[in-house]
Amino acid sequence: MSIKLEHVNYIYSPETAYEIHALRDVNLEIGQGEFIGLIGHTGSGKSTLVQHLNGLVKATDGHVYFHGEDIYAHGYDMKKLRSRVGLVFQYPEHQLFEVDVLSDVCFGPKNQGLSREEAEERAKEALQMVGLSEEFYKQSPFELSGGQKRRAAIAGVLAMEPEVLILDEPTAGLDPKGRDEILDQISALHREKKITIVLVSHSMEDVAKYVGRIVVMNQGEVMYDDTPREVFRHYKELEEVGLAAPQVTYMMHALKEKGFAVDEDATTIEEARDTILKSLRGRL
Amino acid sequence: MIQADSLVYEYTRYDEEGRETDVTRAVDQVSLDIKKGDFVAILGHNGSGKSTLAKHMNAILTPTGGTMWVDGKDTKEEENIWEVRQSAGMVFQNPDNQIIGTVVEEDVGFGPENMGVPTKEIWERVEESLKAVKMLKYRHHSPNKLSGGQKQRVAIAGVVAMHPQCIVLDEPTAMLDPNGRREVIRTVRALNHVEEITVILITHYMEEVIYADKVIVMDQGRIVMKGTPREIFSQVEKLKSYRLDVPQATLLAYELKKAGVKLPDGILTREELVEELCRLS
Amino acid sequence: MIRDITLGQYYPADSILHKLDPRVKLVTTISFLVALFLVNSWVGYVVATIFLVSVIRLSKVPFPFMVRGLKAIFLILMITVVFNLFLTPGDRVLVHFWKLQITDKGLRTAIFMAIRLVYLIVGSSVMTLTTTPNDLTDGMERLLGPLKKLHVPVHEVAMMMSIALRFIPILLEETDKIMKAQIARGADFESGNLLQKAKSLVPLLVPLFISAFRRANDLAMAMEARCYRGGEGRTKMKPLVYARRDYLAYGTVMIFLAVIIAVRIVL
Repeated sequence: MSIKLEHVNYIYSPETAYEIHALRDVNLEIGQGEFIGLIGHTGSGKSTLVQHLNGLVKATDGHVYFHGEDIYAHGYDMKKLRSRVGLVFQYPEHQLFEVDVLSDVCFGPKNQGLSREEAEERAKEALQMVGLSEEFYKQSPFELSGGQKRRAAIAGVLAMEPEVLILDEPTAGLDPKGRDEILDQISALHREKKITIVLVSHSMEDVAKYVGRIVVMNQGEVMYDDTPREVFRHYKELEEVGLAAPQVTYMMHALKEKGFAVDEDATTIEEARDTILKSLRGRL
Repeated sequence: MIQADSLVYEYTRYDEEGRETDVTRAVDQVSLDIKKGDFVAILGHNGSGKSTLAKHMNAILTPTGGTMWVDGKDTKEEENIWEVRQSAGMVFQNPDNQIIGTVVEEDVGFGPENMGVPTKEIWERVEESLKAVKMLKYRHHSPNKLSGGQKQRVAIAGVVAMHPQCIVLDEPTAMLDPNGRREVIRTVRALNHVEEITVILITHYMEEVIYADKVIVMDQGRIVMKGTPREIFSQVEKLKSYRLDVPQATLLAYELKKAGVKLPDGILTREELVEELCRLS
Repeated sequence: MIRDITLGQYYPADSILHKLDPRVKLVTTISFLVALFLVNSWVGYVVATIFLVSVIRLSKVPFPFMVRGLKAIFLILMITVVFNLFLTPGDRVLVHFWKLQITDKGLRTAIFMAIRLVYLIVGSSVMTLTTTPNDLTDGMERLLGPLKKLHVPVHEVAMMMSIALRFIPILLEETDKIMKAQIARGADFESGNLLQKAKSLVPLLVPLFISAFRRANDLAMAMEARCYRGGEGRTKMKPLVYARRDYLAYGTVMIFLAVIIAVRIVL
């Protein structure tokens, strides 16, 4: 177990006319090596939730534990927590500021107190992980394309070598190919580097394709917390709160109604193809 | 309504001493003819030149080669510029950066004010445009408190109030969540159907393209594919080579076909796929 | 929720003051400020007080909102009072200790100065509380209209002000977001000496400026696309037109000014 939230509540601007109860009694455990998808519509509290995981926002009440230690305890090293729980914000390219890509990626490791050489080594490694080769090191980050900027910014967090990587909609605004590239790289980080990943996403298709567990947020509460198959079984309830299941789920249910012997819990294209082929063979 | 003939647009970069370093051709020999009342989608990956092309339709950019006509008027001619902008309204990607007013209705009135429309008529236009995008009850709200989808609808209303014949939307949904995307697309389709406004939608979300009359695919500044959504989406491999995607139902149909299932080309929606599969057995 | 902070502290309510033309309110506020500097007697202050209190009552804005602005100037107020109290030479010494003395004149000046400052702040708060920032810029544009003949870009300045008002909350929120993103990368905005603190702002300010420029660029394009070409030939959705109540208000203000001037001359 790496992160645990207990009865976390968060209220914006308490005791004013603008009071918003953003999180309500959230209990969550994030285990080492998991790949979690966090879904919910805008304003459901998911962005607030992820900012609790690295201590950027302090719960109005409740506890957050990292490796069993209470992060709100007196004298807890928040800076260290932030380097172990990396958070990539939405549109992370908006935080780039250095003269060249390599220096920008070095910013995190340098803040960790590493020497220039160590920081650069980490930065190069991180850039390689996101698929930016040596030719980009000395380029201005502002001259990169949208997708490259995004990757440079993600590298900026990766260079801190976090154990947990949280990404808030890392594919927003990218074209389909750019989206697939980023998601494949994140998936590789999970597989090869054993980094725990929390992926905040609006795309049910992406979540279904990559993650092992889904947490659904609605109005500040955890609505579902289960495997994709189980969560998308509740597609009707998801719709009621303004979400949806992957397209595939709907097709499977429609086929089932028409008498096909398909597995209606298939959520990805590959699963759907296999189960349809199987049922077709059964029919012929 | 909108015609282009061998349109070329080149960006020139300069180094610190002001010498030309390189010339990028963002739009390359594009010719097209968009008819009144059409719903045309322009697809293309980031950097394919689709936004640059769109900005020509509103005379924000003028071609460095070739010609662009909007409602018969050459956009290169200085004296046509305001008429062109009035007949082809434009909605941009970032909802925050295109709303000028601090109150919804004042923002919608901005365009008509600039055109010199009499006060009484501005009020009528504002009301009817907000009604058309179903945002009338938010007329006194501050735009800062609206959701992304609502802000884009306000931006659309701001263009509708100028009584354009055509609306060009440059990736209006790229920064929105799925609900916001649906709201915007529904609004745009309604404007096309009910008000018979010509719509040019630039996007890279494949699901938004299904309802278009015509689809144009761009790559490296050129038009590489043209046709109905069905014709375009039946070429899965080709689309993928242009860094694009196909709708989920199309993709599943394509996978099934590869595995030997006899399905027709160009399945677009999940209803169609289910129907075709039923017909098989 | 930085976006929820209302700028210019406008307090929405349904009162005659809210409905008044912004030009009337601007002129009234300026007249009131002038009057405050003309007053030099107790009778004058009584007249000013009656005027201010009736305006506050008419505005339907709760009293605590009115005096909120005073918090900001509390220190200046205290310093002014103390200086005037101890350093004004006078005929009669009221209190005398150590090297300081309070004279009758000193006491009088200190009290007058305090009242003047408080009325100044409360008086202008009444205006900002009852007028939206947009109406204010509109009013200013119209009042300063004649300056256009002297080639003063009145319309442009007013347009800039109203755009700034719309974007300040957005940029504040953006600042908050970038700050958080950099803190997540280990940035430290709090500790260190002044120089280190200034240096630590670079990762915040560079992205902020870039974003502000990008927004400005986008906005300029969006405005052009909507046929914006300066104030020339523009009509107004909400043109400022004087109603009967506005003329009444002007009349009242003139009477008030006349009384103040009369009091000053007579006493």
